[in-house]
Amino acid sequence: MRPHGTVFPATRTIKVRPMLSLQGYGPQIWDGTLTTIELSLGSLALSFALGLLGAAGKLSKQPIAQMLATIYTTIIRGIPDLVLMLLLFFSLQIWLNELTDYLGWDQINLDPFTAGIITLGFIYGAYFTETFRGAFMAVPKGQGEAALSLGMNKNLVFRRILFPQMMRFALPGLANNWQVILKATALVSIIGLSDVIKATQDAGRSTFRMFFFSVLAALIYLVLTVLSNGVIKLLERRYAVGVRKMTI
Amino acid sequence: MISIIQQFGQAYLYSDGYQMTGVAMTLWLLLLSVAIGFCLAIPLAIARNARSPFINIPVWIYTFLFRGTPLYVQLLIIYTGIYSLDAIQHTPALNAFFRQGFNCTILAFALNTAAYTTEIFAGAIKSTPFGEIEAARALGMSRVTLYRRIILPSALRRALPTYSNEVILMLHATTLAFTATVPDILKVARDANSATYDSFDAFGLAALLYLIISFVLIGIFRRAERHYLAFLRP
Repeated sequence: MRPHGTVFPATRTIKVRPMLSLQGYGPQIWDGTLTTIELSLGSLALSFALGLLGAAGKLSKQPIAQMLATIYTTIIRGIPDLVLMLLLFFSLQIWLNELTDYLGWDQINLDPFTAGIITLGFIYGAYFTETFRGAFMAVPKGQGEAALSLGMNKNLVFRRILFPQMMRFALPGLANNWQVILKATALVSIIGLSDVIKATQDAGRSTFRMFFFSVLAALIYLVLTVLSNGVIKLLERRYAVGVRKMTI
Repeated sequence: MISIIQQFGQAYLYSDGYQMTGVAMTLWLLLLSVAIGFCLAIPLAIARNARSPFINIPVWIYTFLFRGTPLYVQLLIIYTGIYSLDAIQHTPALNAFFRQGFNCTILAFALNTAAYTTEIFAGAIKSTPFGEIEAARALGMSRVTLYRRIILPSALRRALPTYSNEVILMLHATTLAFTATVPDILKVARDANSATYDSFDAFGLAALLYLIISFVLIGIFRRAERHYLAFLRP
């Protein structure tokens, strides 16, 4: 243990260690990694919301909502994510331009980051829809009915009764989807976002060490995957509170 | 739309006049990688369930590495990474192999899908009812016969729904081939896009083609499930 009153040298400078500087590309790669994380989290949030909406549509009694949700999930899941990404990335800007022209506004330019979040969120929303639909159906019907009979309104029933129980059933599927989203962010470098792939490829190209930097990108993704596995384990424990494990 | 079809229609479907492109290329990529992946996955799945840690841990590491990183990164490592190594460039056979974008793509795709398929099959093998194995042993079957007659037929059947999912995802993954200069559907669509600036039609046509292939594959697998999983029907 350090004795009390140790004085740190006043001129403590933060130096990037040579090993971490990666021939000067360390900061870029670090920024790229952060962009990748932000992109995945943003897409996760959007697809989570779209998934809940889609599941509501699929489980609703209105035929139009049902049909729209079914078309959404069928078409999106039948087209490769990269094709959709290119299709939406190029078309979103054109549609946006047409809209702003029509409304007489100034042109709004979509940056690759926003476009990436919108397209990834839109694509994986379809996968989340299926996950949530299955999970909602797994909650015993009596739970919602009991809550309604206690005088809760529909909002409250959803928030207090259905959602927390649904999450437990949805978590394995959500965890899977999250891993897929995380890996799908690698594609966004193709539409020009400077994520971890772009940073490592640039570094590799200019230092002539493609192999080293490509493997580094893979390692960064591996670390992200392992870290998120840990978080998922914690969440699983949190939402399984009050559920008895089967023991023989 | 019409002009794109007139100009690029043939390239979208099978050929641009010089080489196989478009749908034909995508299907060929899919078939090769899924076939190689399947052949690799069966022994690996058996090894994954082996009792000895010296056999099952290396397989676990392999699937962990390939399932934990994006396919795009794996393709980059194999296509641009490995080829940049001196040792590869100075070995004629390896040089010839890795210089071709197509070979690198197939290698990356096959290794990737083999990792996922291994886990699918390993799970199916693990869930074989123990009574079946006991019964086979009681009849005096050897290990090889046990796997060939009892475990694999039932495990592969049980894995079919999950496996069909993996094949569809692999179809979606073949879109990455264009980054290694393989002229699949998406490559043609990108060419059409840069020639006409009609992005929505160029990529929309590609999306439509992929959608059709997906539906055909789903239909085939549905028929296969009806045939091979007939005993599970109520």
